[in-house]
Amino acid sequence: MNARALLFCLLFPFAAIAQGFAGLGSAADGFAVPAPAPVFDFPTDHALHPDFRIEWWYLTANITGPDGTDYGLQWTLFRSALAPEAANGWQSPQLWMGHAALTTPDQHFVTERLARGGIGQAGVSADPFAAWIDDWTLAGPGFDQLRMTASGPDFAYDVALTAEGPLVFHGADGYSVKSGDGQASYYYSQPRYALSGVITLPDGTVPVTGSAWLDREWSSQPLSDNQTGWDWFSLSFESGDKLMGFLLRQSDGTSFSSATWIGHDGTVAAYSDGAFAARPVEQSQVAGGDIPTTWQVTLPDRGVDVTVSAINRNAWMNVTIPYWEGPVRITGSHDGRGYLEMTGYE
Amino acid sequence: MIRAGLQALLSHWWRNPLQLVTLLGGLALATALWSGVQGVNAEARQSYDAAAATLGEVQFAQLLPASGDQISEATYIALRRTGWLVSPVIEGRRENVRIVGIDPLTAPGTIGPITLTPGTDVAAFLTGRGQVFGTTQTLAALRGLIDADLVEASDIAPNVAITDIGVAQRILGLEGQLSRLIVAPQQPLGQASLADIAPQLTLRQPQGGTDVARLTDSFHLNLTAFGLLAFAVGIFIVNGAIGLAFEQRRSVVRTLRALGFPLHVLIALMAVELLVLALVAGGLGIFLGYLIAAALLPDVAATLRGLYGAEVSGDLQLRPSWWLSGMAIAVGGTGMAAASSLWRLARMPLLAAARPRAWAMAAGKGAGWKGLISVALLLASLLVIVLGKGLLLGFFALGALLIGAALGLPLVLDRVLALGQSMGKSVTASWFWADTRQQLPGLSLALMALLLAMAANVGVSTMVSSFRLTFVGFLDQRLSSELYVYADDPAQAEQLVAYLAPRVDAILPIQSVQADLAGLPSEIYGYRQHATYSDNWQFLTSVDDAWGVLGRGEGVIINEQLYRRANLNLGDEILIAPAVYLPIVGIYGDYGNPIGQAVVTEALFVQVFPTSVPLRFGLRLPSQDVPALSASLRDEFGLSAGNLINQAGIKAFSLNVFERTFTVTTALNFLTLAVAAFAILMSLLTLAGMRLPQLAPVWALGLTRAQIGRLELVRAIILAVVTTLLALPLGLALAWVLLAVVNVEAFGWRLPLYLFPLDYLRLGAFALIAAALAALWPAIRLARTPATDLLKVFANER
Amino acid sequence: MLLVARNVEKSFPSADGPVAVLRGIGLDLCAHETLALTGESGSGKSTLLHLIGGLDAPDAGSILVDGHDIANMGDKARAKMRRETVGVIFQQFNLIPSLNVSDNISFQARLAGRHDPAWDDTLITRMGLGAHVHKFPEQLSGGQQQRVAIARTLAARPALVLADEPTGNLDEQTADAVLDIMLQLVAETGAGLLMVTHSQRLAKRMGRRVHLRAGHVV
Repeated sequence: MNARALLFCLLFPFAAIAQGFAGLGSAADGFAVPAPAPVFDFPTDHALHPDFRIEWWYLTANITGPDGTDYGLQWTLFRSALAPEAANGWQSPQLWMGHAALTTPDQHFVTERLARGGIGQAGVSADPFAAWIDDWTLAGPGFDQLRMTASGPDFAYDVALTAEGPLVFHGADGYSVKSGDGQASYYYSQPRYALSGVITLPDGTVPVTGSAWLDREWSSQPLSDNQTGWDWFSLSFESGDKLMGFLLRQSDGTSFSSATWIGHDGTVAAYSDGAFAARPVEQSQVAGGDIPTTWQVTLPDRGVDVTVSAINRNAWMNVTIPYWEGPVRITGSHDGRGYLEMTGYE
Repeated sequence: MIRAGLQALLSHWWRNPLQLVTLLGGLALATALWSGVQGVNAEARQSYDAAAATLGEVQFAQLLPASGDQISEATYIALRRTGWLVSPVIEGRRENVRIVGIDPLTAPGTIGPITLTPGTDVAAFLTGRGQVFGTTQTLAALRGLIDADLVEASDIAPNVAITDIGVAQRILGLEGQLSRLIVAPQQPLGQASLADIAPQLTLRQPQGGTDVARLTDSFHLNLTAFGLLAFAVGIFIVNGAIGLAFEQRRSVVRTLRALGFPLHVLIALMAVELLVLALVAGGLGIFLGYLIAAALLPDVAATLRGLYGAEVSGDLQLRPSWWLSGMAIAVGGTGMAAASSLWRLARMPLLAAARPRAWAMAAGKGAGWKGLISVALLLASLLVIVLGKGLLLGFFALGALLIGAALGLPLVLDRVLALGQSMGKSVTASWFWADTRQQLPGLSLALMALLLAMAANVGVSTMVSSFRLTFVGFLDQRLSSELYVYADDPAQAEQLVAYLAPRVDAILPIQSVQADLAGLPSEIYGYRQHATYSDNWQFLTSVDDAWGVLGRGEGVIINEQLYRRANLNLGDEILIAPAVYLPIVGIYGDYGNPIGQAVVTEALFVQVFPTSVPLRFGLRLPSQDVPALSASLRDEFGLSAGNLINQAGIKAFSLNVFERTFTVTTALNFLTLAVAAFAILMSLLTLAGMRLPQLAPVWALGLTRAQIGRLELVRAIILAVVTTLLALPLGLALAWVLLAVVNVEAFGWRLPLYLFPLDYLRLGAFALIAAALAALWPAIRLARTPATDLLKVFANER
Repeated sequence: MLLVARNVEKSFPSADGPVAVLRGIGLDLCAHETLALTGESGSGKSTLLHLIGGLDAPDAGSILVDGHDIANMGDKARAKMRRETVGVIFQQFNLIPSLNVSDNISFQARLAGRHDPAWDDTLITRMGLGAHVHKFPEQLSGGQQQRVAIARTLAARPALVLADEPTGNLDEQTADAVLDIMLQLVAETGAGLLMVTHSQRLAKRMGRRVHLRAGHVV
């Protein structure tokens, strides 16, 4: 492991845990800890919570070009605090990391940024809402109307997002339990953004439209010591229903699951451990390791029994701490598109 | 079979321990000097590289502020927010340690000092008091003086301390400011143009080599030349020893082959034997080389720091690359020396007889060819000096000169001896001269070694001494103010000026900005018009009334480096700031400085660079008042020793630097002469065994053994004297090439050549003593040869 | 009497203690006289010749050459005697490799301060070396080298000529020719000649013969 990777692990404990650095970050060390029955205050809660160790603004989008080609977009801003405080200048303990990706059926572009808090290089403000790192932005007059940009050495995108539904709160009103030991986070989403804009590929620009899903989550002790990685699904069915589900894999071979059903009629239902199940069906050789790129996903309570398969099996995020993240196609009891994130496989 | 063959071959060395000593000693000495010098070079380069890696200037492009400024953090953020992947660096000095602050999150991967181990506390590096990384010595200078945790790290450049950018800003009192921005090699699409975001910054492409490395290249090349020379001398010795051993073992080889021993096995055995000997000698040489390097390094480091400001660690590290290359050169050198012997062995007819004496004399064959090559090399050297350009060609000229002269030496010596022979009246004298001429081929390699060693010593001594003389004269010119004061900030500068105005004869502000002049990194100075300058500074060349033109702000004077490197001439106009063109009215010598320089009046300077504030001042006052004023400045302003420099102090420091240089030069003088003496000793001892048949008749005819021994000594001394005399003009030619060709290419200045007859006399005496000592033992041995040994020459059994 | 040797003893060190080579030898020789010293290998004849030539010192006894006792001489005096009084011709390696034939021939005469170029020329002609005067020893055949050595000895006109197997390295025909001319010239200069040889054929041509066995005259 090189020095930067180590630095990264120390700065971003959740990734460190995903990489098997057991023990890091599982203690809260003076940070605030999520409590049940939260009361959110918007737009303030769209901005950062410096008292908590980690936080993210995580947007994924399934989009289509004029010729019907499927693409995937990712825009993520992570925050990690060395100490539960805010400060100006280089002394700020708040550190930022951005990941942007653009996936085509046969190519996958990724880039990464790191920044110190306190000097204006990266941050999030609530009103008007703006999240940024370097030249990447996710900003607009409000949370419902955003412009999202990112650029790498070989790709860029610039798209507009318009919310078409309310925020969705996972777990118990936004209190999302992550393990049998009680680790939890605050977790809400905006799963229904309509997207339109332009992506830039090495061959030129392509106008695109589609839908996007934004996750907001913050915590100080996200995972239990024995959890080695996770598989996270955000599925959008053609029926207009949506399903968020995740598995936290544990070192004894068992897993902890959680899911949220978001009905086309506005109903939201949270499912606790065991209701949602996902089983790898097919592994692919990616970046020297075996990664499950086709899954059997079931939520019997909603009659869901689908096959989820990667649009591009090589959606490997070759950043400082690598993981897999890419658009998926859904077939079976329901058809549709979605996003899959898998960590801890390296 | 192999064991028997090996035994037969190896027994030779036990029977001839002297040859074994010659072979091992020659190779060990050669390897020692070579690897010693390379050890010093490697350590220095490692230091430069560590410094360069810290600064990233080798691998990465950089954004630099315009002359004299810093970069604001706001500019940095503006660049990042418009797609510029740049990483900030702040630099400054505390307690003469270079403090470098970086941002590990944005710094390109290969920068960054901190060896992060799983125990490293990143939070402690980025926040809180912060951590400062440096070598033990560096940290010792900072201990107790800065508010941060000190962390020892051996891979950081000497005298450099690395810390987080925020900590560095705090330590240096430069909050919110940045020195430069490192540009990552890969930049994103859609980046804004630099002119729109930060027009005040200039983009400098990666340098591909550090300034300091380029600057000190010449110094290291001098050392390398010394090392290579010594190695070449050593290889001469080894070649001689191996050739003789092979020749003497011909009869063994013949017998073994007659008994059915396959030739290829024989050759393989001898090659393995040589490999083992080379490894033993190489190991010994590397050990000696390490001692040499360890002994020289502190002085070399002090010299480099003093002359070029290059920081070099004073501690030698045993790097695998270094000792492996030492081993490689020992084995390679042996291979080179043995190749022809092995080749001849492979092609030797089975019944060829051993002819060791013929072998010793074979060096004399092809003298005509050597003469031709010698003349060709000398001509090539001349041609390159007249027509060539560039540092490498300068060194080529040096090499051609030295090798050409060495190859020509036996011919010249032979002529000199022939002259002696024609003048010798007595029968002993005419025999002596004739016999000396006949010994020449066997001794010529050793004498070439002596010639090269002596010439190198004369050349380098002349260069160093000429440099010293010129430099000291230059210091007298330049350091005309009695006291120099450095203010910490503009406010203090203002207070200082107010305080000093009534107390001194004159205050001469020294202000400068960095700039590119005629495309070369340079500094522009503003000077206050005062007799101090016009009285003391001497131009190498200038227009009429240069000070007058300069004073009216209608011209600029530049240093010799800029003049030569940019190929400028008097009257040429140079751009010193946007839209400010000035004609060059004078060129001045500037021997303490690697980069270009230009001087304009203070008035013009302030007008062109309004943001620059002078922090340094030269003070003119009666020299007896200096201590009192220094004391009062210390008391009134709390100025530290580093802020007050008196003229005498700088001069003393500079002279001290030269003393260190002389220590290194003297040590190398001794070592090279020692190698040459070793070559003479071994050649004489080798020849001594073959000389009995030549001397026995003379003895039988009525010369005593004591007489013969004395004559042997006289012979060695005469050869050494002639060689030394020949080395003098060669050494001076060498010095001239170094001063007038290599110096100009490497430093941009040409130094006048001074002669130092006393030094040459001393060096000549050393050379003679070395030669006499080397010849003494063989001569004494000869004088004590038992009569029976001499009689054996004539004996029937032979 | 040119040479008077009495009770000469000489031994050499060896691994098993001193080995006596000469055990009380006595020998006389007059000017104009030629004497052959014969004996087996190791009988001590070369050692005796070396002692008489001042090349080594006896352990006991006296050797008077031209009235001076070698046994009492130092290194310098013996060197002076070698230069001026005796001339030694060895079986081989007589010549100085760095000097040409002409210089070799004049060498000892010049050392002795008796150089006579005309006499050199005579010797060169008589020895048949006229074509070789500018050659160096290594360019000569064995017979030629020995003739140069003889010429050099005679050029210095020594009172006593010592020859140690002077023709030992030569074939019979050449050996006879060399010996002929040597005897002829020795007779002309009036020197005494002491020649060590193991050849009875050559010994018979000398005026007197002395045979050594195990360090004694028999």
